[in-house]
Amino acid sequence: MVVNQKGIGTGKVPIIALAGIGVSFGAVKALSDIELAIMPGECVGVVGHNGAGKSTLVNVINGRLSPTTGDASYDGGDSKADFRNSLRARNAGIRSVFQELSLCPNLTVLENLRIPYRKMPWRNWRGNAALAVRASLDAIFPGNGIDPYRVVGDLSIAERQMVEIAIAFSGRDIDARLVILDEPTSSLDGAIADQLLDYIGRFCAKGGAIIFISHMLGEIFKVASRLVVMKDGRILANDDAENFTRDSLVDAMGHVVPDAADVAAARKHKEFGPEVLRMENGLTARKGEIVGLAGLAGHGQAEALAQCFLERSSDWRATREPAVVFVAGDRGRDGVMPLWSIMRNLSLQTLVEFSRRFLVDCKGEKALAQQWHHKIGIKTDNLESSILSLSGGNQQKVLFSRALASIAPIVVMDDPMRGVDVGTKKEVYRMIRDEAEKGRTFLWYSTETDEILECDRVFVFRDSAIAAELTGDDITEENMLRASFEMQEAAP
Amino acid sequence: MTMTAKNNAVPTPKQGVKYLLGALSRKAWIWAYLAAGATYVAAILAGSGGGGGGIWSLLYVAFTFASFAVMVGIGQMFVVTLGPGNVDLSIPATMTLAGTVALKFMASDGALVVPGLLIAIGVGLACGLFNFGLILLMRIPPIIATLSSSFLFQSLAIWSNRGLRIKPPQSLADFATGGTVGIPNAALVALLVSVLAWVILEKAIVGRWILATGQNKRAARLGGVPVNAVHFGVYVGCAVLAGLTGFMLASFSGGANLNMGTEYMLMSIAVVVIGGSSIAGGNSNVPGIWAAALFMFLLVSMLNSYGLGAGVRLILTGLIIVSVVALASKKRGRV
Amino acid sequence: MNRDHLRILLPVLSLAILLAAVFYLQPRAMSYFGLNLLFNLAVPVALATIAQMMILMVNDIDLSIGTFVSFCACVTATFVQSDPVIGYAILLAAILVYAGMGAVIHARGLPAIVVTLGMSFFWSGLAILILPSPGGAAPDWLRAMMKAKPPFLPVAIIAPILIGLIMHYFVKRSSLGVLLRGVGGNAQAIERSGWSVLGLKAIAYGIAGLFGVLAGMALVGLTTSADANIALRYTLLSIAGVILGGGEFTGGRVSPIGAVIGALTLTLAASFLSFLHLSSDWQIGAQGAILILVLAVRLVFTRREALA
Repeated sequence: MVVNQKGIGTGKVPIIALAGIGVSFGAVKALSDIELAIMPGECVGVVGHNGAGKSTLVNVINGRLSPTTGDASYDGGDSKADFRNSLRARNAGIRSVFQELSLCPNLTVLENLRIPYRKMPWRNWRGNAALAVRASLDAIFPGNGIDPYRVVGDLSIAERQMVEIAIAFSGRDIDARLVILDEPTSSLDGAIADQLLDYIGRFCAKGGAIIFISHMLGEIFKVASRLVVMKDGRILANDDAENFTRDSLVDAMGHVVPDAADVAAARKHKEFGPEVLRMENGLTARKGEIVGLAGLAGHGQAEALAQCFLERSSDWRATREPAVVFVAGDRGRDGVMPLWSIMRNLSLQTLVEFSRRFLVDCKGEKALAQQWHHKIGIKTDNLESSILSLSGGNQQKVLFSRALASIAPIVVMDDPMRGVDVGTKKEVYRMIRDEAEKGRTFLWYSTETDEILECDRVFVFRDSAIAAELTGDDITEENMLRASFEMQEAAP
Repeated sequence: MTMTAKNNAVPTPKQGVKYLLGALSRKAWIWAYLAAGATYVAAILAGSGGGGGGIWSLLYVAFTFASFAVMVGIGQMFVVTLGPGNVDLSIPATMTLAGTVALKFMASDGALVVPGLLIAIGVGLACGLFNFGLILLMRIPPIIATLSSSFLFQSLAIWSNRGLRIKPPQSLADFATGGTVGIPNAALVALLVSVLAWVILEKAIVGRWILATGQNKRAARLGGVPVNAVHFGVYVGCAVLAGLTGFMLASFSGGANLNMGTEYMLMSIAVVVIGGSSIAGGNSNVPGIWAAALFMFLLVSMLNSYGLGAGVRLILTGLIIVSVVALASKKRGRV
Repeated sequence: MNRDHLRILLPVLSLAILLAAVFYLQPRAMSYFGLNLLFNLAVPVALATIAQMMILMVNDIDLSIGTFVSFCACVTATFVQSDPVIGYAILLAAILVYAGMGAVIHARGLPAIVVTLGMSFFWSGLAILILPSPGGAAPDWLRAMMKAKPPFLPVAIIAPILIGLIMHYFVKRSSLGVLLRGVGGNAQAIERSGWSVLGLKAIAYGIAGLFGVLAGMALVGLTTSADANIALRYTLLSIAGVILGGGEFTGGRVSPIGAVIGALTLTLAASFLSFLHLSSDWQIGAQGAILILVLAVRLVFTRREALA
C-alpha cells in the first residue's frame, strides 16, 4: 500500500495544532506538555499502553475536553481553549469514531447519520441520508450488504463498527477533513480491516487527515505516515513512520519487561496439582497454575471468565468456602463500591468467612484490612477514608486484597491491570506467583501481551471459542498473534 | 452519610466541638429533624395543640401517626436502597389487603388477635412473594411489577371486604390506640421495627449486602454477594412490614377501609427521600425516617391549623418533596 | 421481518382477538353505535398514552399523568368554559411546567419517578382548588366535537387513528423524532454530536404536557363535567398502553401506532369485562392482570428473539 506523505512539510495550515496542552482531573495529570500539529494528508498513528493518555488526547482534539493549560488552534484560527472548541472542531471537519460504540441501537442506520449531521437539509432527509450512508459504506467496505433501513440493534458488532466508520466518513455540509479512529478494527476481521486501511490511504491521498489509534502495531505500520508514542500523558516520540522499526516502537512505548529468564525458570520448576477446573468450551486449569486468556479484545474472554465465576457461585447464598473469587478490571463497572470506605470495600467478599454469625465481626474486619494494608501496600494512612480517595492503582490493590483474602482456590481476573502503574504491576505479579505456589489457581485475562507471558498456560480466544492452547516455551507473542488470526486467514 | 461521618478519624480534643458539628451537619437526617422541630413550633404557635393537652398532646398525636409512616417507610427504604428503579408501589394495596383480611378473620373476636396478626403478616408475605416473582421470573421492572400487582391486591381487598367495616377486637383496638408510660403503643412497635432495621443496615452482614447491591448490583454479585437473595429478602420484608402496618392501622382506626393505604404510597417514598436516604441507592439511614415522618405529619397539622384546605396541603406536599429531591441531588453531585 | 414489525404484531393480534371475543359475545356491538359505545373513552386514553410514550421515549416514567389529566379536565370544565383566555393561559402554563420538569430532571439527574410522584400531588392539589366538588361544564364546541357523528366510523375510532398516524410521522419520520428517540437510545451519542439533551428532554416533556392537556379536554368533552379524581386511573392505563403497544421502558424503543392500539385494547378490555358481567370489584384487578399477562407474553417473544 502506498502511503501518501505529500502533506508533510508543504507549509499548509495544520487542521489542528496543540501547543503546551495539559489536562488534569483533580490531582491526576492526564496530559502534560502536548505539542502536536496535524497537516492535511497525514495519517498519524498513535500508540501507547492503556492509560497513556490517548483517549484524553482525542477528546482534547475533538473539543469535548477543555485543556487545563495550553492552546488548541483549529485551521490556524485563534487559539482559545474554551468550551466552544467542540463547535470549532466540528466546523474544521474533525470527526471521531470512539472506541466504545456511539450509535443509538434503537435507530436505523440512516437515522444514526442524522445525529452527527447537524444542519441536514430538511427536504426528503431520509432518502438523502440513506443514499449518503450507502455511498460511504460502499466506498469504504465494498460488498458489505448493510441495508441503511435496518435498526442498528439488529446488526452484528462488526457491522455496527462498519456503520460507525462509514458515518464518520460520510458526506455532509462540512466535509470530513480529520477523522480520529480509536481502535477502529477491534471488531473487524482481517479482510474488512484491510478495506478500511486501503480507504484511509485513498482518503489521505485526497488531502484528508487521520489519527489512527491502535494496539495492533502491524496495522499502524501499514497505514501511518507519522507515529506518535505516548506514555503517562506525554508524547515520548513523534517522527515519520519510516524512522521506526517494530522493536524501536515497542521500546519507545516502554514495555514492562518481565524478567524473561526468571519467568522461564519459574515455569520449568513448577509442578501442578490435579485439574480443578474444566469448562464446556475446553478451558481447563490445574491446582497452582496461572492460566492466561489471550486473543484480541472482545472475543469472548470476559464472557468466559464471567461464566466461570457465575457457574461456581450462587445468586442465592454465600458460603464460608467459596469456590471462586473475582478480580475486576473495569473497576467502576465491576468492582468498586463508590460510597464505601477502603475497609468496607476490602472486606466485602470475605464478610461471611471471618464473621461467625449474623453480625459483622468489626474486630475481624479491622484486622483483615490492616493485614492487607501492609501485605499489598495500599497507599493510605486511613483505611476508613473513601475508596475514591485512592488512585486507580491503589483501588485495584484493594480489589486484589478483597479477592485474595478469601480462601477460594480459584481466582478469576478480568484484565485487572487496566490503568495500573508499572511499580504496582510488578508487585502484583510477584504476589500472584507467590499465591500460585501456595496452590491457588488463577485465570487471567489480559489485553497486554507481556502479562500473558507471565502465565503457565495460555488459551487464545477467537470468536468466543478457544483457538489455541499454548504451554511452556510456546507462549510467545508471535504464537498468540498467529492463533488470534489463524481462522480468519484460513477463511476465503 | 451516616457511614462516612462515622468512618472519620478519631478527633483530637482540640478539634472536638468542630468535629462534632461537622459530623452532625454531614448526617443528612439532621436537617429533617430541624425541619420537623421548626414545623412543630410553627404548629404550636398556630394553635394546633389547641385545647387541654397543648404542646404534649400534639407531640403524642404526631408520634402515633408518624409511626405508621415510619413502618412502611422503613420497608420502602430497604427497597429504594437496592438502587435506581427499585421502588415498591404496592405498599398501599398490601396494607389494605392485609388489614381487611385480618379483620374479617378476627370478626371482632378478642381470642383471635394472634392468629389475625399472623394472617396479616402472611398476606404481606404472599404479596411480597408475588412481587418478587414478577420481578425475578418475569423480569418486569419493579415499578411496573409492583404497580400492576397493587391493582390485583386492591381488587382482592375490595372483593374480600364487600363494603363491610368490621371492627377490630376491643383488646386490639385498645392496644393500638393506647399508650405505655406516655408513649403511644404504635410508636413503640415502630421503634422496635426501627431498631431492628438499624441493626440490619448498620451492623449485619445482610445490611452490607443490601448496601453493596444498591451501589452496584453487578459488582456486588462479582464480589460474592448473593444478590437474588438480597432482592428477595428486601421485597418480601417490605411487603411484610406493609401488612403489619395495615393490621395496626386498621386496628387503630376502628376497622379496615378500602382507601386507608392510599396516602402511604407517596408517604412511604417521601419519608425515605426527606429522611436523607439517597434515591440512587446504596446509602440509607433509619433515624431520618422518623424525622421525616414527624415532619410530614406536623406539616399537615400546621397547614390545617392555619386553615388551609386539602388543595393547598397537597400542593405544598408535592412541592416540598420535589424540592427536597432536587436539593439532595445537588449535595450528591458536590461530594 | 425486523424487530419493529414483530413488536407491532403483538398489540394488533391482542386487539383483534379481544374484538373478536366481544363480537362473539355481543353480535349487536358490530355496528356504528356499538363501536362508539365500546370505544367510548378511547380518545382521552389514547392521548394520555401518547403523553406517557413521550416520557418513556427518553427513558423516564411519568407517574403524574393521571392527576395531570384530571387537573386539565378541571381547568377545561371551569376556566376554558367560562373565561377562555385565562383557561388557555393556565393550560399553556401547565405545558411549560411539564417542559421545565423535564429540564430540571435532566439537569440535576433526578429520579423521574419521585419527581413525577411529587408533582402528582401538586396537580391533584391544584385540581381540588379549582374544582372542590364534581361539576363544571364542557365548552359547547368541545362537546360537539367529541359527540360528532362522522359517516362510516365513529369519532372514537377515527380520532385515535389520526393521532397515531400524526405521531408516527413525528416520532418515526421527522428529524426531531429521531433525536428524541436517540436520547432514549444513547444520550451520550446525542450529546457528543453537540445537541442539547437538556433541550430535547424539555421538548419531550413539553409534548407530553400538550397531550396531557388534550386528553383532559377530550375527557371533559365526553363526560361534559369534571372532578379532581376523574382520570387517576390514566397513570396505569397510559403506561400499560405504551407497553402493550410494543414500547419498552428503556432504550427509546416506542411505537406511536402501537401505543394507540394499546390504548384501544385497554378501553376495549374494560368494555369486554363489563360484557362478561364481571363485578366491578375485579375491574381494576383485571387491568393489572392484563398488563402482567402482556408482559409475560412479551417475555416469551423476546426469549424467542434472543434464541433466533
